[in-house]
Amino acid sequence: MIQRVSFSEIIKQKGLDREWDIRRQKLDHIRPEDVERAIYERPGRYSTEKLAALISPAARDYLEQMAQAAAELTIQRFGKTITLYAPVYISSYCCNECLYCGFNRGNKIQRCRLSIGEVLKDADVIAKEGFRDILLVSSEDREFVTTDYIAKLSKKLREKFSSIAIEIYQLSRDEYAELFKAGVNGVTLYQETYNREVYRRYHRSGPKADYEKRLRGPEDIAAAGMREIGLGALLGLGDWRIETLGLAEHADYLMKHFWKSRVSFSFPRLRPAQDMDSGQFQMLTDTDLVQMMLALRLCFADAGLVLSTRESQQLRDRLVGLGITKISAGSKTNPGGYTDGTDTLEQFEVADTRMAADVAEALREKGYEPVWKDWDSAYTKI
Amino acid sequence: MDKLKIANKTFESRLLIGTGKFSSNQTMARAVEVSGTQIVTVALRRVDIANENDDMLAAIDRKKYLLLTNTSGARDAEEAVRLARLSRAATGIEWLKLEVTPDPYYLLPDPAETLKAAEILVKEGFVVLPYINADPVLAKRLEDVGTATVMPLASPIGSNQGIQTRASLEIIIEQSAVPVVVDAGLGLPSHAADAIEMGADAVLVNTAIATAKDPVKMAQAFKLAVEAAELAKDAQPREKIKAASASSPLTGFLRD
Repeated sequence: MIQRVSFSEIIKQKGLDREWDIRRQKLDHIRPEDVERAIYERPGRYSTEKLAALISPAARDYLEQMAQAAAELTIQRFGKTITLYAPVYISSYCCNECLYCGFNRGNKIQRCRLSIGEVLKDADVIAKEGFRDILLVSSEDREFVTTDYIAKLSKKLREKFSSIAIEIYQLSRDEYAELFKAGVNGVTLYQETYNREVYRRYHRSGPKADYEKRLRGPEDIAAAGMREIGLGALLGLGDWRIETLGLAEHADYLMKHFWKSRVSFSFPRLRPAQDMDSGQFQMLTDTDLVQMMLALRLCFADAGLVLSTRESQQLRDRLVGLGITKISAGSKTNPGGYTDGTDTLEQFEVADTRMAADVAEALREKGYEPVWKDWDSAYTKI
Repeated sequence: MDKLKIANKTFESRLLIGTGKFSSNQTMARAVEVSGTQIVTVALRRVDIANENDDMLAAIDRKKYLLLTNTSGARDAEEAVRLARLSRAATGIEWLKLEVTPDPYYLLPDPAETLKAAEILVKEGFVVLPYINADPVLAKRLEDVGTATVMPLASPIGSNQGIQTRASLEIIIEQSAVPVVVDAGLGLPSHAADAIEMGADAVLVNTAIATAKDPVKMAQAFKLAVEAAELAKDAQPREKIKAASASSPLTGFLRD
């Protein structure tokens, strides 16, 4: 039996976890002709060289061509459809000290955690709006939001939701397997940054401060049988171009070794949170974000590209035609946000505040079918 | 002309339509209507099959079309069988397009799991139409367990590449005792006509229609192409022959 090499080994071999300056210099030397070739080379398929050309500074002059090719690929693979989902926040108690996050344990904020019954109330609200695809979000509140808690919750949610995904603190392979058996079909776990040094700088303490452990997460998720694995880097921590190379290698690794799970990419751009000094970040412009999305689409024809309400209505409406396949709508990013009028702190400030029905209507006007259901709880046996 | 017969039902149209990827359910409904199809397939993952008001189901007139539910996305036989049972319990529909597609990218069918699921479902009384790679032996194995058709792919689903599995498809068509429905990869009306001219009993088209700039017009184009090919088959075309040779190098010496 051939032993599988871990992604941790791969990223070291490829030198993507350190010395980003050297990488960046190489990207700066990419020529227009390399970009021209990359745009039409094996549409929708990945190679490191192709992606590098597409995210290079030289590719800035080719964004329109890239957008047209990306739009074409997306329509071919997904049609003119956009899947809608809604997040429900469970807890803002956290034992980690991540400098970019509003829920940082050092922040003096009013925190909140919901009982299973309270989460179900929030879930009822979004089910009534039409959602069948739910994302459960929690900070690292291990004593309260236990695996058992999520499992119980998931079994209840299955009555109303056809897809249940989680975006919570990192679990072990066995814990993921337990949740898969309880009906959770997708897990999103961002690496935040693929740069070891930057990772160390922003994750001061707590279980999440271990870069190597974090890197193993998606492999554990896939090995546990999960159908959807959401990858992402928190855009703004390091050079987004090199982050994209890391993300793509990660996706490629997972697709090769765990061929029954589908990989999707999210694009969380840093936005103002409580007590956060935005001056220390490398914020992405809209153009940066668009270039990154297009480059990934041109390399991964079938990957889901996911966008949250962190982004504004105007930008979201534009990005829909460029390769995005799934968006959240009508989101509240604080625990109890759907039922409770009180203002506990949000994880991030929502920029697109439209109601779900309005988002769906905007999609229809754009010639896209809003898809509420694209999975079924019957796939998993409980 | 002979009519398409699957299980105990006869159909006027040899075109089956898939419902994914349309920009709206209204467009889908119009394309379905114009195509002249009588069999429409829907993914169980996409619809709330027990709910008649489901946005997609509501757009399909079940009095006019046979609703063929499919198990797209099922990873193995167990999942496909479970989905099929739930769907039948909710709707009473026994016709099932069996899809076991563990690879979420190319959605290629798993032969071993498909055969396993087909065997179980046929025994339980389902009318099973299995989606398969163009594998002649698998097609015969499925026929042996009692499937109503076989549905070999022309090329990877959604790829619009036309018939890339020709050599194997020809064998399947030659050997099959059940209808052969060519499914997946037909990107143009000429590809569909090609399949029918080759001897396929029917074709299933989705992406080529749904993602065309004008899906309704494309649906009509596919209808006409399938009808043209059917008519041509009935007219019994002559076999293709290699270029004729004017001289007779071997028998030219014969003078008497």
